[in-house]
Formats: sequence, C-alpha cells, structure tokens
Amino acid sequence: MSVKVLFFASLREQVGKGQAILEYSTPITALQVWQLTSGKDLMPNTVRVAINQSYSDANTGVQDGDEVAFFPPVTGG
Amino acid sequence: MIQIQLQPKVLDPFKAIQIFQSQPEFKAAHYGANAIFIGTMRDFNEGDDVVAMHLEHYAGMTERQLQALTLKVLEQYPVEHVLIEHRVGDIVPADPIVVVAVWSAHRKSAFAACRELMEALKREAPFWKHEVLSNGTKRWVEHNTAG
Repeated sequence: MSVKVLFFASLREQVGKGQAILEYSTPITALQVWQLTSGKDLMPNTVRVAINQSYSDANTGVQDGDEVAFFPPVTGG
Repeated sequence: MIQIQLQPKVLDPFKAIQIFQSQPEFKAAHYGANAIFIGTMRDFNEGDDVVAMHLEHYAGMTERQLQALTLKVLEQYPVEHVLIEHRVGDIVPADPIVVVAVWSAHRKSAFAACRELMEALKREAPFWKHEVLSNGTKRWVEHNTAG
C-alpha cells in the first residue's frame, strides 16, 4: 500500500521536500505518515492535515492511494 | 450562479464583475444589493517594507474548498450569485489579490454573506503568502491579520 504525501509553503522548506511516496504494510494514521516522511516525531499543533484534498485530523487512518497533505496556517485573501 | 476562479495573471476585479454580470443567467433587476470585497497587496507588513509577494496554493484543494465554503454560505443566506476570483503567482503592491462579490435581494444578506465568505476564505482556503522585503530577504507570512 502507498500514499502520496505533499508539503506546502514553509513546511516544504522545513522538511526539505514538496512531495513523497510512502509505502507501508500495516494500517497507519496521518500522524504516522507525517512521522515517517517529515523526519520529525512531533507535529506542531499549527500544522493542518488534508486527506484527498479535504481537511482531516492527524489521527485519521489513511487508505491505499490517498493523497495526504501537510501545511502551515493559510494566509490567502 | 457560482463562479470561482484562480487567476495566474493580472486580476481586474471590476472587469471580472462586469463579465460576470454580462452572462444571460444574470437578471440585474432581480437583485437589490451587490456587496463586493476587494483585497489588494499592501507595501508593508509587520513593520517592514514589502516589495513583492508570491501566492502559493494547493491546486485542486483550493478550488474545492472555495466551492464548499460558498455552498455553506448559500445555505445560510438568501444569496443569488457568488463570484470569487483569487490571484496566484507573483504580485506586487497595489495588485488586487481577491474579489468576493455576492448578489442578493437586500443589503443585509449581501453584506453578511460577503463578509462571511471572505472570512471563511481567510481561515480555510489553502493559499500561502511568501513576501519579498525591501532588503531582499524573503519570508512566509505565518498568520492573517485580525481583520
């Protein structure tokens, strides 16, 4: 199983990459996706999580083929 | 009608509104109120001079989110039409960043829906501002102003 992982804006710079493919074999949550791809154990509480382009929770389980995105507070408008 | 567009080139809010109103589905005599918010780029932020900015977005999610926020506002207020255009890419001070326009029968719902939609966009739409300061340094805007 695998998920596509995206990092945006300042998080992309902190993590050092904009995207990654994570392969896994047992069920995992978005938080575990973060830990396995960002190189950081803790997720700052300002980080927002989206699964398949909808806001989600870090404790939500991901499914094979999902797009999981992590980004800082939004600043549009 | 709901029209949501991300604009990679120059955004002309008044032209966008004019084009929107020229569509056959737009019945001008049906709406007594049109509330418009236009956001433009400032040349200062957090006490520093800002000379340019890059607007990053999450392609796909941004459009979906703006659509969802619009539908939510339409459930709350008797609004007939919504137009949202938002710049992406590189901009300079005074450039328009966003236009949110709503048409309703009366001003109360038009003002309220326009305000609510703009505030929801600021909170929920995945855009990020990357500023270039006058001394050449670049930084991410980490939070919105209070409003």
